[in-house]
Amino acid sequence: MRSRPYRALVAVAAVAALTATACTAQNQAQQKPKEKAGLFKPGSEISYQKYGKDYPATKVKDVPGPCSYDSISRKDYSGQTLKIISHAVPVIGEPTQLHAKQFEDITGGKVEVVNVPFGELHQKILTPLQAGQPAYDVMFYPSLWIGDMAPYLEPVPQEYLDTPGMKDVTEAYMDVATWNGKVVQYPVDGDRHYLKVRTDVLKDPEWKAAYKQATGNDLEVPKTWAEFQQIAQFFTGKDLDGDGKRNHGSAEVTKRDDLTFSAFISRAAPYVKNPDVKGGVFFDVETMKPLINTPGFVRALEDMVKAKSTWAPGGANFGLGDEIFSFGGGQTLMSYSWDDAFIQAQQPDSRIRNQVQAAPLPGSSEVYNRTTKSWDKKANQAPYFTWGWTSAVAKASRHQQMAFDYLCFFSNEANTALDLTIGRFGVNPYRYAHFDPAFWQEQGWEKDVAESYVLTLSGMEESRNRVFDLRVPGVNQYMSALANGIASAVAGQESPQQALDGVAREWSKITDQIGKDKVQSAYRDVVALEDNS
Amino acid sequence: MDGLRRHKSMFLLPGLLTLFLIIIFPLLFTIRVSFSGWNVSNPSMDFIGGANYTAVLHDSRFWASITRLILLAGGTVLIQYVIGFGMALLVWREVRGRRFWRVLFLVPMMTTPVVMAAIWQTIFHESLGPANDLLGMLGLTRIPWLTESAPALFALMTVEVWQWTPFMFLLLLAGLLSLPKEPFMAAAIDGAGTWRTFWKVTFPLMAPVSVAAVVIRLIEASKLSDSVYVLTSGGPGSSTETPGYYLYIQGLRDQQTGYSGAMSLLYLVLMSVTLTVVATLLTRAFKLKGDS
Repeated sequence: MRSRPYRALVAVAAVAALTATACTAQNQAQQKPKEKAGLFKPGSEISYQKYGKDYPATKVKDVPGPCSYDSISRKDYSGQTLKIISHAVPVIGEPTQLHAKQFEDITGGKVEVVNVPFGELHQKILTPLQAGQPAYDVMFYPSLWIGDMAPYLEPVPQEYLDTPGMKDVTEAYMDVATWNGKVVQYPVDGDRHYLKVRTDVLKDPEWKAAYKQATGNDLEVPKTWAEFQQIAQFFTGKDLDGDGKRNHGSAEVTKRDDLTFSAFISRAAPYVKNPDVKGGVFFDVETMKPLINTPGFVRALEDMVKAKSTWAPGGANFGLGDEIFSFGGGQTLMSYSWDDAFIQAQQPDSRIRNQVQAAPLPGSSEVYNRTTKSWDKKANQAPYFTWGWTSAVAKASRHQQMAFDYLCFFSNEANTALDLTIGRFGVNPYRYAHFDPAFWQEQGWEKDVAESYVLTLSGMEESRNRVFDLRVPGVNQYMSALANGIASAVAGQESPQQALDGVAREWSKITDQIGKDKVQSAYRDVVALEDNS
Repeated sequence: MDGLRRHKSMFLLPGLLTLFLIIIFPLLFTIRVSFSGWNVSNPSMDFIGGANYTAVLHDSRFWASITRLILLAGGTVLIQYVIGFGMALLVWREVRGRRFWRVLFLVPMMTTPVVMAAIWQTIFHESLGPANDLLGMLGLTRIPWLTESAPALFALMTVEVWQWTPFMFLLLLAGLLSLPKEPFMAAAIDGAGTWRTFWKVTFPLMAPVSVAAVVIRLIEASKLSDSVYVLTSGGPGSSTETPGYYLYIQGLRDQQTGYSGAMSLLYLVLMSVTLTVVATLLTRAFKLKGDS
């Protein structure tokens, strides 16, 4: 009598197992695309114009290779659906949608894109991954989240690592895509902070003379944050365009929860990244004691508080969009952040087109030495590789080959060349081939502007004193606490030292909560990049 | 008989099940989560006792946001009540274009809060917004609307008042339209003027509706977060951070699931107790007013 239910259970289990096996087999079968005739000839001309009037008429050649239009159009993905999560339109969200549509058109597969605002992206991606649900096959997100995402990502297969496009990705961005020796993120963007200035003002003889008279110094592109402050201060309130409106010295990303932490790290980098001191900028990697309240960071926050007087009205609440349009629209003389403001200034309808210049982030005349607990008197510069968008394929995805093919197509040479020219896409140079001034001159940029841009970016790649993001599990928490401290000091609620002491306490708590070993192990990878070891 | 009762009960089952699924289950789940250490790097339902609750009790940022909310919610609901009552009184009686005014007054409430907050952000934009342009035309100094604490609070309160006064207007107008005519006729016979009629008849008769309207709005206002998110992100510093926005940061952005679960439950209890006390006090105050 007792054996009956047991037998029934076994029968049910067997049926379930067989069904599961059948489904898995079916899924495995789904992964492989069928072959079909290609829709493009090698070297065809590619343009986005058929997808809408918003896209420029620029045409580029399809570069032969495994990710080209020609090769991808030979794969038949009909019957398969790829699910993608990306940022809201336009930044990275718009190219995700555009390339999804193109991919559908040429492969016959279906691609569903979900666009999510920045504030919700982390949670929307991570929660299903942690629950083991294959909610999305492809994910686009800021590369500094690698510490949280890595356990759930499928390493990029060798065949994709061997593509010419991937082999051309700069060393820094291959490092950014790598976790524990495996490439788990598919590079689609390269972001760094650098300085942008208006050359119509900085090279103007009358302004030069006026500046010299007022400060005793020559008016040049600032090489230190002190020079930056002096120039910004001098020009704040002056009418630089003769339009009767006052201009301002600097535009910075200052809105508390809108990437302020990146702006602050840019300011802090030359004070805290001492080429003679190894072992971590944000923490002492051996003890995991936070260094965020050490004199270098405090100096940077003091500078930021002082800079308030040089910001445009509302500048203390500027999000990235405000910063882009404030500099790109000619309201401010200088700004520093990602490429967007520079590309905006170089749009064909911009009134300051070809009157701008890119330059490395300002440095400092001294750098803090945390081992001797004193300031080393020497000029210092430290480029900051601040996150950038990346993409990845979920380990749990049932369409991994389709997913990698989509990313391979997304970042093929033709698409990337076109994406780089559309400022709102948020795709910035990340391959050595992108550091070619001729490409930018073809877009109507003057030689000096194109060269300053390309040399600034490629120069950062050559630096051996670089600062990377805190790519550890829980990075959002660390940065959220930092942004809160910065906002508190900028608003005058606390002194810079008090604010950063508070951040250090928060960071210690976060480390304890996540687990010291876990954070330390991830942070060792960041330190290895920074120490070039 | 028992069979019939059981049979009838079966008809309640779908409703009860729905209620359980959409209210009781999430609440029970939140309670369970609040006793776990679930966070971004440890997504597990372990048991850590009351550690999250203890941490919330010691979280000064949370308590500061509660104090701020009392000012914001109390202030805005009071202003909404006064303006909403005034508007309702205006269109209660026969006025020209009464229907038009009634619909017009409701427009702000029908718009999406996040969209409206974005529009108000442009209005208060310190370089490009019309608010400062208007001040400039009047020869007044420009105001740092969103970058100084006091103006930022004022800007936030303005958006709240603009958005939600119509709701107050709607409830109070419905209350006014349902009032009996006899007390007003008696007041007229006794020779009471407009002000005296309002103070001695209309206002006391509106007490139950007023209490309900104020409490409903206080409940809504206690969740204030979307306009904060768009307008100020809680800044400058933490001057406009509300518990709702702080919960969003902890729960959704930093993914402190266990901690934010505890915080939301503690906040729920706190709000339930506070609003019950407020409702009781308001009822008593209106009753006293009516008796006098």
